[in-house]
Amino acid sequence: MPKQASRWQFLANPGRFLRVTRWLLPALSVAALLVLAVGAVWGLAYSPPDWQQGETVRIMYVHVPMAWLAMGGYSGLVLLSVLGLVWKHPLADVAARELSPIGALATGLCLLTGSLWGRPMWGTWWVWDARLTSVLVLFFLWVGHAALTRAFDDPDRGARMGAILALVGAVNVPIVKFSVDWWNTLHQPASVARLAAPGLHQDILYPLLVNGLGFSLAFAALALAATRAGLLERRLRALQLAAARRADVA
Amino acid sequence: MTAFLAVLGRELRLALRHPADALAAVLFFLLVSALFPFGVGPAPETLARLAPGALLAASLLAALLPLDRLWGAEAEDGSLDLLLLSGLHPALIALAKATGHWLTTGLPLILATPLAAAMLNLPTEAWGVAMLALGLASLILSLLGTAGAALTLGARRGGVLLPLLVLPLAIPAVIFGAAAIEATTTDSSARPMLLLLGALAALALPLAPVAAGAALRGE
Repeated sequence: MPKQASRWQFLANPGRFLRVTRWLLPALSVAALLVLAVGAVWGLAYSPPDWQQGETVRIMYVHVPMAWLAMGGYSGLVLLSVLGLVWKHPLADVAARELSPIGALATGLCLLTGSLWGRPMWGTWWVWDARLTSVLVLFFLWVGHAALTRAFDDPDRGARMGAILALVGAVNVPIVKFSVDWWNTLHQPASVARLAAPGLHQDILYPLLVNGLGFSLAFAALALAATRAGLLERRLRALQLAAARRADVA
Repeated sequence: MTAFLAVLGRELRLALRHPADALAAVLFFLLVSALFPFGVGPAPETLARLAPGALLAASLLAALLPLDRLWGAEAEDGSLDLLLLSGLHPALIALAKATGHWLTTGLPLILATPLAAAMLNLPTEAWGVAMLALGLASLILSLLGTAGAALTLGARRGGVLLPLLVLPLAIPAVIFGAAAIEATTTDSSARPMLLLLGALAALALPLAPVAAGAALRGE
C-alpha cells in the first residue's frame, strides 16, 4: 500500500480510532482544561480593559473563539460530508452526525455572547446586520443537520441526507466570512488576522489566542468523545440486532 | 427531453385533477395576508410599510404547504422507483418536480398577489414589481423546497423538518424581494434588487435539483 494512502486511512478503521482516542481524548481534555484555565485568568484578570469598551471587551475572549469554531467546525463538517458521500466512509458519517450538536452549541454561544456584547456596545441585543443574519443561518444549518441525521430509522440514510444538506449549506460559509466586507453594516470587519496594521494590541491579542487554542482543544475533545460514543452506540446496536436475530432463529 | 416533459406533464395533470391543493395554498396566502391588518391595526400607512415583507413571508409559507407531500405519495405507491428506473437523471426528475410545483403553486400565488396587495394597502404602482418579485422568490423556494422534500423523504417528523431546512436558506429571497417592492414605493429603482433575486434563482436552478437528485438516489 502506498504510504500516502496508509496515512490517509490511518484513522479510517473504527477499531483503531477507538484505540488511538482512548489516550488521545484524556490528553486533549487535560490540555484543554489547562489552556482554558490560563486563558481565563489571563483574559479576566491580567489583560487590560479597553479604553472605550471598558471591561465588556472581555466578552471577546469567548465570542471570537466561538465564531472561529462555528466556521471552522462547519468547514470540518463539509469535509466529513465529502468523505462520507464520496468514499462511503462509515467513521466520517458517525463523526459528522456527532459534530453537529457541538457545532450548534458553538454557534449558539457565539450568537449569545455577541448579543450580550451588543447590548452595552451597540445599544441593542440584536440587529439584522449581514454578519448576524448569516451566522443565524449557520446556526439553523447546524440544528437542521443535527435533526436531519437523526430523523431516519436507517442511520446510513440519515448520514447521506445530512451530508447533502451540509454541502448545500456550504454556500453560506463564504457569505459569513465576507459579509462584513460586502455589506458595511454594524459588525466590525476582521481585525485579528490582518497582515497590515495590527488590529489588536498584543496585551489583548495574546490572551485571545490562548483562549482560542483552549476552546479549540475543548471542541476537539468534545467532538472526539461524541464520536467515540457514537461508534460504541453503533456497535452496541449491531450486537443487539445480531442477538435478536439469533434468538429469532432459536 | 421527452421524458422530462412527460414527468412535468404528469405533474400538471395530477394538479389539474386535484385543483383543491393549489387553491388551498392560495387561500392560505390570502388568509395570512389578512392576518397582518388584525395584528398591526388597519392604519393604511402602517400596512403599506409592512406590505412588502408580509407579502414575501406569506407567499413563501404558502408555497411550503404542498412540499410536505411532494414525493411522499410516489414513494409510497412505488411510482418513484419506476421514475428512478426510467433512465431520466434523478436531478432532471427533481427539476421537473420543481417546475411542476412552481407552475401549480407559484403561478397561482402570483395571480393572487394583487388581491393580497390590495388588502395590505400596497400602492398600485408597486403591484407589477410585487408580482415579479413573488414570482422569482417562489421559484427559488420551489427549487430549494424540492431538494428539502427529497432530503426529508422518509424521515420521522419530516413535515416539521422541511421548513426548518428550507426557510433559513430562503432568507436572501425575502430580503431582496421585499427590498425590490419597497424600492418601488419609495421612488427608487427596483432593478438591482430584482437582478439579485434573479441571480439567486439562477444559482438555485442548477444546484438544488442536483442536491435533490443525490438525495433521491439514496432511496
